[in-house]
Amino acid sequence: MSVTQAEITEFEEQADRWFAENKPANPGFILPETFMEVGTDQQFEFLRNWQQKVYENGYVGMSWPKEFGGLGMDQVFQDIATKAMAKHRVPFLPNTIGLNWAGPLILAMGSQEEKSRYIKGILSAEDIWCQGFSEPDHGSDLGSAQCKAVKDGDEYVINGSKIWTSLGSYAKYMILIARTSTDGPNKYAGLSFFLAPMQTEGIEPRPIKKLTGEYGFCQTFFNDARIPASCMIGGEGEGWKVAMATLMFERGAAGGQAGGLAMMDLSIDDVVELARRAKRNGKPAIEDPRVREELVDLITEARGNSHMAARDKVPALATDWPTAISMSGKLRSSELKRRMCQFALSLQGANGARYVSSDAVDGGLWQRSYLNAFSGTIGGGTSQIQHNIIGERVLGLPKG
Amino acid sequence: MATIEFSEEQTMLMETAVDFCRKQSPIERVRAQIEQPQSVDPAVWQEMVNLGWTGITVPEQYGGLGLSLADAVPIAESMGRHLMGSPFVSTTLATQALISSGGEALRERWLPQIAAGTPASMALTEEDGNWNLTEIGSFATLQGDQLSLTAKKCFVQDAPDAGVIVVSANVDGRARLIAIAADQLPPGALTRETVIDETRRSYTLEVDALALPVAQLLEGADFAAIERAALLLLSAEMSGGLSGVLHVIIDYLTTRKQFDQYIGSYQSLKHPTVQILLSLEACRSHLYRAATCMAQGNATELEAALRMAKAQGSEAFAFAGDRAVQFHGGFGFTYECDAQLFLRRALWCQYQFGDAAYHRNLLAPLLLDD
Ligand SMILES: Cc1cc2nc3c(=O)[nH]c(=O)nc-3n(C[C@H](O)[C@H](O)[C@H](O)COP(=O)(O)OP(=O)(O)OC[C@H]3O[C@@H](n4cnc5c(N)ncnc54)[C@H](O)[C@@H]3O)c2cc1C
Repeated sequence: MSVTQAEITEFEEQADRWFAENKPANPGFILPETFMEVGTDQQFEFLRNWQQKVYENGYVGMSWPKEFGGLGMDQVFQDIATKAMAKHRVPFLPNTIGLNWAGPLILAMGSQEEKSRYIKGILSAEDIWCQGFSEPDHGSDLGSAQCKAVKDGDEYVINGSKIWTSLGSYAKYMILIARTSTDGPNKYAGLSFFLAPMQTEGIEPRPIKKLTGEYGFCQTFFNDARIPASCMIGGEGEGWKVAMATLMFERGAAGGQAGGLAMMDLSIDDVVELARRAKRNGKPAIEDPRVREELVDLITEARGNSHMAARDKVPALATDWPTAISMSGKLRSSELKRRMCQFALSLQGANGARYVSSDAVDGGLWQRSYLNAFSGTIGGGTSQIQHNIIGERVLGLPKG
Repeated sequence: MATIEFSEEQTMLMETAVDFCRKQSPIERVRAQIEQPQSVDPAVWQEMVNLGWTGITVPEQYGGLGLSLADAVPIAESMGRHLMGSPFVSTTLATQALISSGGEALRERWLPQIAAGTPASMALTEEDGNWNLTEIGSFATLQGDQLSLTAKKCFVQDAPDAGVIVVSANVDGRARLIAIAADQLPPGALTRETVIDETRRSYTLEVDALALPVAQLLEGADFAAIERAALLLLSAEMSGGLSGVLHVIIDYLTTRKQFDQYIGSYQSLKHPTVQILLSLEACRSHLYRAATCMAQGNATELEAALRMAKAQGSEAFAFAGDRAVQFHGGFGFTYECDAQLFLRRALWCQYQFGDAAYHRNLLAPLLLDD
């Protein structure tokens, strides 16, 4: 399938126009910044309607197969649409887990029947997906997960609990890893992977309050919950392998995602702009030499990240460690965002100590963003774990 | 969206350079060369000349390859990777000075010789270590068609091998450039300096009222172009050096055991090593973005791109060298350990043509004020 430059240019203009014209008006209530922070029904409905509209107009799932609800087009078009979303700063698409991890996984490993059942609902946001990996006692050490799945006829009976389940209260399906056996050769061998229906008796998500004071994720309890055995993807005991494949989608190293914005983006330009307005000791913060030095440093880092993405497309410039750039994307961007938000507070003088309220600079957006920024540095594998993974898989250093 | 372009031609140059430097500059050769008077074995230099490298940016009409300075980047990077010393960088800088500011007669006199393999050098920095290339104390006075030059210049690379040295000096209150032929230097004008990077051959050039024909004064004085070239090539050397030192670290972390474990399994070594990897990826990306801007003549972005590359690379390479020593334990404290070679190289690169703080200062107005 070859795409002409004319088609690209035409679509760029089309997408640019559509997002300019259809960007939703400010809803009048505060929106979450990522799918990990959807805390009220109002936020959820707003975002779901937005995704539905984007899908109906053909700007998400563009490269996914037509027969399952995609458009079967070249990936370049999706990338253009996603870029237009970022440019116009439209809200993100809330079904992130479906679009970016569950969907690609089902397309890669699922049966024809599973693809027909799940893919369209992922794209339209009709069926929201959540992820049941972490447990209260096992987070970074996912391989030790203990939530049990015991086979009984053509069903599995699930007992235990999952925690930090983003979108848990809104989800129709969960990608779940559970222990189907305890006597394998190692802890990983007893795990299996399910596409579990959440509206099942015995499955109960209970919201947990986040550090920002808002709601955003759940603890999901399983009490003799019976799900059809056909929900298993991969064989019994192959759950770890499937989970690792999912995590590769999650870390952005595997591709195949449906596209679309996954988060509201705060860029370094916003911080510079804040530094022009905000005052430190009576003067615009941007006049303070220390502020200037730190801003230059942050801009250098932000540009470095975008140049890395550009360089990764030039095979001749892959280094001795060719997976370094793709494997480190989440680590680099989440840590930069955390530092940027943390720094933004220091631009506000004593007002750095305010929180979400009309008296705060920008209504307290920066304080809330800083607290929320830890979702990126903890969720999806902490930054420390990312260092381990990059050290071991990219540099070949021995495991600890 | 900022892109990074890398042509077929550059890819081929890079393959040749990677292969050449690996073969010609294994670490034992680097160490053996330190004991020699010159920064590179003359036979190896001749091979570089045969590959066309000394004429890479020399226009075709003067016998060079007529490529962009961006095409010299993969070469400087590969040399940096293997700590290869040679007059390549200083020759290329002098070439840039002659191209951007020289005037026809001086170009015709020197560029064909350089393309044919005569090294050249630059004399810019002075005793006070000021990085601003136009703030200089050396001066020349004009008397008829003669110049009288009084100068003390430092960090002149490979000066005794250079056929021509381009020297900066104040002439009538303006910073200008003068091309001095090797045979015009009086005996004793050059003294060897002791510098931290022992692969370098660095000299002080001192002359007192040296008479020179005024024709040797370069027509233009494009110091910005010289600085741009220096920042690009130094960043390339640093990018190469960073990957070299990362290899040294990884080799040790995967072979040395303590407490029955490879030391690379300890996170206090593993995590900083990952930081070094990511700083290398950033360095290389800034470098090739700057090279792309240079090749495309994108003047708006070029200066910031180069200063970012130099600032980020300086800090990253120095950090990597510092950690490389620490991660080798007692062995790291020895002359025999290769970590010191890279640390010394990193310090050299950091303090030539502006360190990180210097460039961040200059970046601030470029990035923050409009
Ligand atoms: C906002 C948010 C949303 C989330 N959404 C979901 C979701 O939808 N579904 C889901 O399944 N999970 C979700 N998570 C959970 C997330 O994946 C885990 O929190 C994370 O993997 C860490 O596990 P833990 O919380 O048990 O921390 P722990 O593993 O107990 O870690 C505690 C500290 O120890 C460090 N640490 C642990 N092991 C090591 C090691 N080997 N080396 C070095 N340091 C180590 C960690 O970096 C951390 O700093 C979410 C988390 C957040 C914050």
